[in-house]
Amino acid sequence: MESNWLLFFGLALVAVVSALGMLFSRNAVYAALFLILNFSAVAIFYLLLSAPFIALAQVTVYAGAIMVLFLFVIMLLGAEQTGRTPSVWWVQPLALSMGGILLVETVYIIITQRGNLPAPAAPAPVFGEPITVGEMLFTQYLLPFEVTSILLLVAMIGAIVLSRPKA
Amino acid sequence: MIPTAYYIGLSAILFAIGAMGVLIRRNSIVIFMSVELMLNAANLAFVTFARVYQAMSGQIFVFFVMTVAAAEVAVGLALIVAIFRTKQSIDVDQMNSLKG
Repeated sequence: MESNWLLFFGLALVAVVSALGMLFSRNAVYAALFLILNFSAVAIFYLLLSAPFIALAQVTVYAGAIMVLFLFVIMLLGAEQTGRTPSVWWVQPLALSMGGILLVETVYIIITQRGNLPAPAAPAPVFGEPITVGEMLFTQYLLPFEVTSILLLVAMIGAIVLSRPKA
Repeated sequence: MIPTAYYIGLSAILFAIGAMGVLIRRNSIVIFMSVELMLNAANLAFVTFARVYQAMSGQIFVFFVMTVAAAEVAVGLALIVAIFRTKQSIDVDQMNSLKG
């Protein structure tokens, strides 16, 4: 029981600090590396929430493929240092206060509605197993799954068309 | 087991940090990364509620969110590269005309 809390708060600290590191690091490469750390911490949260398949998909798709694409583009453009200060002085304090208000409101709602959230019960033995995920994906969610392939095809064609040199 | 509210609270904190990142940063690649952080926070809430209500649909939906995120990143980064070619900058303050 104690180790569970230790694990949760340790990981939560890593996730929040790495998200803040991404927010405030001047160099875009460091921001990307902080985000990879954040994604890995969230993947371990998925493991704690008995979603092992999602956790591994998170590591391979998010921390792997997507962030490699980010790092690749940052280095391709040599855009590590651009965008230092906003051109209008009041943007930054306004954005910080708006984000702060959003955070305070959501945390307030969660604290006041805490009693309405049910406590998690012990999961069924097959809950979150790759077998269960695959069964649902190919029976109940077959149509969305197929539509997903069209979405990826469109994204691929879009990326090729956009990055093609002008004829 | 950790109470549900803790996971949802963490998700809310990560989402707020992502929203602040979109508003504060001027580098469009970092803005994109902040959007990814927000999607990730939403995924964490999905998986938490899937666990709480014993509903696998929450986990399945995370897959679709991941797919949309991957498609969005592919097209978005291609757009950023195209904008960089014409403007030599990815600062969002420089992107103030519809036709480069």
